[in-house]
Amino acid sequence: MAVITYREALNQALREEMSRDERVFLIGEEVAEYDGAYKVSKGLLEEFGEWRVRDAPIAELGFAGLGVGAAMAGLRPIVEFMSWNFALLAIDQVVNSAAKMHQMSGGQYNVPIVFRGPGGAALMLAAQHSQAPEPWYAYVPGLKVCSPATPYDAKGLLKSAVRDDDPVVFIEGELLYNVKGEVPEEEYVVPIGSADVKRAGSDVTIVAYGKMVHESLAAAERLAAEDGLEAEVVDLRTVRPMDLSTVLESVRKTNRVVVAEEGWPVANVGAQLTDDIQREAFDDLDAPVARVSALDVPMPYARNLEKLVVPSADRIVAAARHVGYIAR
Amino acid sequence: MATKVVMAQLSPTMEEGKLVEWKLAEGDPVSQGDIVAEIETDKANMDVEAMGSGVLRKILVHEGATVPVGTLIGVIADPEEDIEPILAEAAAAEPAGAAPAEEPVVAAPAGEPAPGAATADLPPVAPAARDGRVKASPVARKMAAELGIELGTIPGSGPGGRIIKQDVEAAAAGAEVPAPGAPAAGAAVAGVAAGTPGAAGIVRLPALGEGRLRDERIEASQMRKAIARRLVESIGPVPHFFLTTEIDMERALDLRAELNAGLDGFKIGVTDILLKTAAEALVRHPEVNASWEGDAIHHHGRVDLGIAVALEGGLITPVLRDADRKGLRQIAEETTDLIERARARKLMPEEYQGATFSISNLGMFDIEEFTAIINPPEAAILAIGKTREKPVVEEGEVRVRRRMRVTMSCDHRVVDGATGARFLATFKGMLENPLALVL
Repeated sequence: MAVITYREALNQALREEMSRDERVFLIGEEVAEYDGAYKVSKGLLEEFGEWRVRDAPIAELGFAGLGVGAAMAGLRPIVEFMSWNFALLAIDQVVNSAAKMHQMSGGQYNVPIVFRGPGGAALMLAAQHSQAPEPWYAYVPGLKVCSPATPYDAKGLLKSAVRDDDPVVFIEGELLYNVKGEVPEEEYVVPIGSADVKRAGSDVTIVAYGKMVHESLAAAERLAAEDGLEAEVVDLRTVRPMDLSTVLESVRKTNRVVVAEEGWPVANVGAQLTDDIQREAFDDLDAPVARVSALDVPMPYARNLEKLVVPSADRIVAAARHVGYIAR
Repeated sequence: MATKVVMAQLSPTMEEGKLVEWKLAEGDPVSQGDIVAEIETDKANMDVEAMGSGVLRKILVHEGATVPVGTLIGVIADPEEDIEPILAEAAAAEPAGAAPAEEPVVAAPAGEPAPGAATADLPPVAPAARDGRVKASPVARKMAAELGIELGTIPGSGPGGRIIKQDVEAAAAGAEVPAPGAPAAGAAVAGVAAGTPGAAGIVRLPALGEGRLRDERIEASQMRKAIARRLVESIGPVPHFFLTTEIDMERALDLRAELNAGLDGFKIGVTDILLKTAAEALVRHPEVNASWEGDAIHHHGRVDLGIAVALEGGLITPVLRDADRKGLRQIAEETTDLIERARARKLMPEEYQGATFSISNLGMFDIEEFTAIINPPEAAILAIGKTREKPVVEEGEVRVRRRMRVTMSCDHRVVDGATGARFLATFKGMLENPLALVL
């Protein structure tokens, strides 16, 4: 199987879906002439022409709205935000138009659109450009929210997102574009709303998505080596709708849970998941669910402070020991 | 240090126990984990293990006596140690001992150390004694209930003395497997550290993955609730009704004979065929493999069959797990083992609890037909009578056929007349055309 980067996997997904369905087009800042700020759209202008790969002005609200209109008119737009931090300017179109149109039009208009781009803190981009946006969108009925961790999942999920008849918010990991992984040559899709057990274990369940899957896997190796604790790492892959049954199946086996995510701790994905777990698996818990997230502050610019705020494998290890009642 | 030997609660329904036999005499040396006595619960005979080492200093309850759960029955201590405070405490508790205390005596009242060293080294027990509340994690509670372990009697190693999963596992391992020198809390921590929770005798029944049955609760409608209420008002907690049918056993018995002829001496019994048939019929009628839960009917995701076994002075129902997933031979082997150990009173609690449906066969006692009492929370039980030759009219002729009468007792809150009749029709049909059973 070919080993390619997350960036290349996304590029393949875009190319394959644009070849498969001529209604699919890509619009965003610098997606065409410059091949995309993160080179995800590399070569697409050349292959599909400027009619289907469109550079947009620096006006997120405008081109997001254009995308929603195009979707209502029968096209299948992919709107790239150079960063989800910039997408805050366009959130009205995502939340108030794309997510609600199907219901408010009594089913007359569905909005088959993908909003995609990188999210999460990278390195020293400071408070305004280091945000994990998943909970903002997961809050909204009418949206689906994906956040893949691996090249395989990135490609398969993006293809599902393009084919979905409803709006999908597709949040890529800014620090994951160079992550490599196996991706099959043949056609495949990863269904939206299905989690994946990335590492099997019997003693503690670590639920994560996006970049935190990699931190969780690193934490799991340390827990196995240092504590003899076998962690099961469940990758949500889709944050909404959440695949609760895979999570619960794991919890019923391990009786202990750590939820890890990049964003802030209040009203985040882990808060929702913890509520679901305590209700659906109360009798299977051996300890209160532990949550690992960024600290509850705007991201500091200083590198040493940033390191303290960003959640890490170390913090996941500590949380797993806590729920496993292992004192160190 | 002194260690108390108490009448432990070994099954959820056990309120008192009979001391069958002391394995040691006063003055004999004891190591932790040694079997000191055998007691008889309401279900089976079980061993009592020493929780500490020393000498069996005092026997307080003599063979043949029956005492409430929690009663001090003996004391293990060093030869020179002063055990008077423990004896005095037990004597003081005696008048009240007639009614089983909420918290067994093993939980040494925290904050009131007895004079001397008598109780000082007992393992820390969950801080229950004070307000009667035992702190335990939800899964520890569930496991303890399943295993019949009284939470207040085991030490808690979690924060604030919370009893956690590993504590219950350690207690279960200590109670069931002679594991000398395995201190409860220490063994448990090691178990987790080694990544092997669930070892040592814990019976958990995880979902088996995709099967033919789904475990689900069907919320009770108001009508269903009213039916349940009215029926209970009418005839006691479980409103029974009975359905009887007669089954032609010719082909089933021929099949059994043919199978056994090819089995080199291993015998498949009639009961095994009936168990297999019942399991298959239950898969086709999941509404009978169910329980009434007050506001819902629980359709069980597994078929666990209770087999009523007569014992001297009582009966017990060992459970054949997942009968629908087993072939006749495996059913026969497991059933033989279960029944043998049931008669020897050597079944563990998890081997006779939690069936979803039961069968009682009194054919060997020459009973032609009888009604059995349902074992709650199961919703039905099948009473099997003796198979005997009878004249039957077929196609205008009188023929002699081997016939068996079965009566199903049904919990009317769960199973209505037609539901039960449909199940019984399937059961009968399969026995009369039994080839599919060998699949």
